[in-house]
Amino acid sequence: MGFVISQSEQEEIDRWLLKYPPHQKQSAVLPALKIVQEKNGGWLATEHLDAVADYLSLPKIAVYEVASFYSLFDLKPVGKHKIYVCTNVSCMLAGSETIVGYLERRLGIKMGETTQDGCFTLKEAECLAACGGAPAMQIDNTYYENLTPEKIESILAGLNG
Amino acid sequence: MVNFEINDKQYSAPDGTLIIQVADREHIAIPRFCYHPKLSIVASCRMCLVEVAKSPKPLPACATPVAEGMKIWTHSPCACDAQKSVMEFLLINHPLDCPICDQGGECELQDQALEYGKDVSRFTEGKRSVKDLDIGPLIKTDMTRCIHCTRCVRFGTEIAGMRELGATGRGEHMEIGTFLEQTVDSEVSGNVIDLCPVGALTSKPFHHKGRAWELQQVASIAPHDCVGSHVYVHTLRGEVMRVVPRQEDSINEVWISDRDRFSYSGLKSPDRLLKPLIKKNNEWVETDWDLALQFTIKSLQAILEKEGGRSVGALVSPSATLEECYLAQKWLRGMGISSIDHRLHRMDFSCDSGGPSPCPTFGLALTELENADTILLIGSHPRTEQPLINHRLAKAARKGAQIIMVNPIQYDFNFKVAAELTPSGGQLLHPLLGIMNALLSQKNERPHFAWLTPFLKNTVSTPEEKQVAEWLGRGNKKVAIFLGLQAQAHWHASALQLVAEALALFCQASLGYLTEGANSVGAWVSGVLPDQGPGGISLSEGKGLNAHSMVKTPLPAYVLFGGVEPEFDLANTVAARRALSESAFVVAFSPFRGGMCEQYAKVMLPIAAYTETEGTFINGEGRWQSFNAANPPPGEARPGWEVLRALTALCGGPGSLYSRSEEVRDELKHIVQNVPSVTLPSLEQRFRRIEPILSESKEGLRVVTEWPIYRVDSLVRRSKPLQDTAASPLFRARLNPKTASLYSIKGENKMRIRREGEFECILPVAVDKKIPENTVHIASALEGGGNMGQQGAVQVFLESNKDA
Repeated sequence: MGFVISQSEQEEIDRWLLKYPPHQKQSAVLPALKIVQEKNGGWLATEHLDAVADYLSLPKIAVYEVASFYSLFDLKPVGKHKIYVCTNVSCMLAGSETIVGYLERRLGIKMGETTQDGCFTLKEAECLAACGGAPAMQIDNTYYENLTPEKIESILAGLNG
Repeated sequence: MVNFEINDKQYSAPDGTLIIQVADREHIAIPRFCYHPKLSIVASCRMCLVEVAKSPKPLPACATPVAEGMKIWTHSPCACDAQKSVMEFLLINHPLDCPICDQGGECELQDQALEYGKDVSRFTEGKRSVKDLDIGPLIKTDMTRCIHCTRCVRFGTEIAGMRELGATGRGEHMEIGTFLEQTVDSEVSGNVIDLCPVGALTSKPFHHKGRAWELQQVASIAPHDCVGSHVYVHTLRGEVMRVVPRQEDSINEVWISDRDRFSYSGLKSPDRLLKPLIKKNNEWVETDWDLALQFTIKSLQAILEKEGGRSVGALVSPSATLEECYLAQKWLRGMGISSIDHRLHRMDFSCDSGGPSPCPTFGLALTELENADTILLIGSHPRTEQPLINHRLAKAARKGAQIIMVNPIQYDFNFKVAAELTPSGGQLLHPLLGIMNALLSQKNERPHFAWLTPFLKNTVSTPEEKQVAEWLGRGNKKVAIFLGLQAQAHWHASALQLVAEALALFCQASLGYLTEGANSVGAWVSGVLPDQGPGGISLSEGKGLNAHSMVKTPLPAYVLFGGVEPEFDLANTVAARRALSESAFVVAFSPFRGGMCEQYAKVMLPIAAYTETEGTFINGEGRWQSFNAANPPPGEARPGWEVLRALTALCGGPGSLYSRSEEVRDELKHIVQNVPSVTLPSLEQRFRRIEPILSESKEGLRVVTEWPIYRVDSLVRRSKPLQDTAASPLFRARLNPKTASLYSIKGENKMRIRREGEFECILPVAVDKKIPENTVHIASALEGGGNMGQQGAVQVFLESNKDA
């Protein structure tokens, strides 16, 4: 296996492991996957999943199950920034369709795709729990609310591609 | 106990009993998919919903314990409505391909849809489909049919001890599978075929071979290990179509190993021997039974007259039936042949001269095994040798038993092992002596074991051995000690047995043997031993040679009974090949031809394979388990006991008196019941025999061999699906990295292994940390592996890579 979890990632995972009983390392699988995904280009290849399984002494399939269940884990290569647009009820009523349409045109990709320069991946999100600021989107770990095409333009400009 | 009502009738059950358990006990039908009595509860399919008074919603019977005064209705309008709705949901995505589905006719979904489903589907949307992954040669997947009951997933975690299948994805996209395309490798994986309530997981070798309702079912006993699992053989028009487990909670519960399930494929091998054959001018000529039997007897008699009773060696399969074993030794001894043995893997018999050998039973019942507190396994890898013993051990480990292994190499266990002692050079004796020594020096010293001290004067216990002694020596604990196949095949087998006996005596433990074949106990009971007759009676005269000596110095003639292939089955395959090819006469009683047998045999007599003959196996618990034939033998093959009966009659014996095989069994039973009990010489006396071994040097490189799971007998070796699994090892000499570097050997190299004057062979190398130092680990009984001699000291050299 080529991939080894780095020292700093291991330290972060270990902090999570302290929160659970020693024989229940499985509890740390979500944070561990999140840490490894963040430090390795925003997506998880099989070797990353296997490394997490080894590190937590879990059967590999147990990690595959979790990684494939949550849409927050990407199992295929993604762009530098992940844009999650909420299309759930509140955002839809507040015009998320316009937002999605604008983003698709602006980036030249469809929902679920990545721009050719590898900068952005566009993803549909279920409720981001930001109904008060609908329509909303999340880029990487930041929320952006009350979106309009102009606002999106400045946000994207601020990300420097 | 609580009292409650089901369908307006009063019942009572212990506190905590689930509604579905009471219903099953009382034969009240409740539909279910995810519930299985041997697996954990998940209550995910919701098919078992029942109405419970005062509950606002119907409750799952599989996850609701009964309570005092509870009123349950399983067929009320509320319950039926809930069951019907769940069934409608389950059928939404289920394809209607029953006509081409192997599960059809024995499908829980089909049966329950008939009972609880609606007659018309209201679902008009598209059904989902799932791409199938190839998970190996044993299990066929059609995951579009899966209803997500997760029985197979729980089986992996809870029974097989390795999670290979899982539920990936979410919601509509959830799939049961391996996620990546990879094989399912558990040695008991086939059980998911029975567990799967639909046709998602079916038997690959049985795929489209027949319909469940066309098959005939005959109860039988599994023929590959000493567990004696109960099975059903399913036949169609006289041909075995599949083998499935038969529930017997005290033995195999509801499981069987893949070896017992899929070995039947070997019955249809093109190698089947269909007619008696005699070699004339180096050509095999078909003949009839009369001529073949007469030729056999005349040839043997001629050799016996010329060369005496010790000139013929008889090797009997440890999986031959009790009746075959008894009649074989009776016929052979009647002819004056005394060299009879079934212990094919064994190479050290120094104990034999010290009195009768003990009957190789488990020493306790399988159900007791899982309740043991401490279990010591010596030279044993039950996962491949007796998969269902491994399951009992896993259960014991889950209940908190301390399981200790003393093995020649490290294995992957699927349960928690308290300690694993893997001595250098495969020298299993030394850790045992270390443990014995530590036990003796414990505070609770016992004066009647004082005689042991001089034998241990050179022994120093390691901390690990002291810890094991600590576990074994605690009072009031149930301790079980086992000698596994590798202890019995070991070059110190006799010494290991004696030290194990001493340990068992000291710890008041049971001592058991995990033997080769399905009927080692039966072979012992029938007297298929060179120095013991039926019932284990020691023969004062007319002792013969043991299996190892029979081939070590070639004899003029051999009798091979029950598909024995000495080139694979014996401890020393090099000596076996030489002895057989140099001998003047070999008669093989076997279901199979092919292989080396064609070269060395002079007569091949076709006998029935295990589903084709009635008979009895005695399992390791000492249980006599008789079974009937499920299908007729092919061609002119006859059940082995009938052939032996005819031979005895031809020799003038009373063989023709038996009209049924039961009479043979009952005659033996009568003998066994009237055998006086034997007292062995004291342990102290027997220990003197191993004194020279104790002072042997433990240094030096040694070859350790092991029979892989699917190479143990002639039937398994011919089962293609089993041979195609990942468990079929490559022919490699495995070495520890340290040992390898000592001889400047690397992973890609080839290695020359030699024992002066005995054998020499060249093998590709695999470097493996699981092999202890000074050990060369090699799988036995592989095709083309015939150049390997017996276990023990060897010299190795780096072979140049020219021909790699």
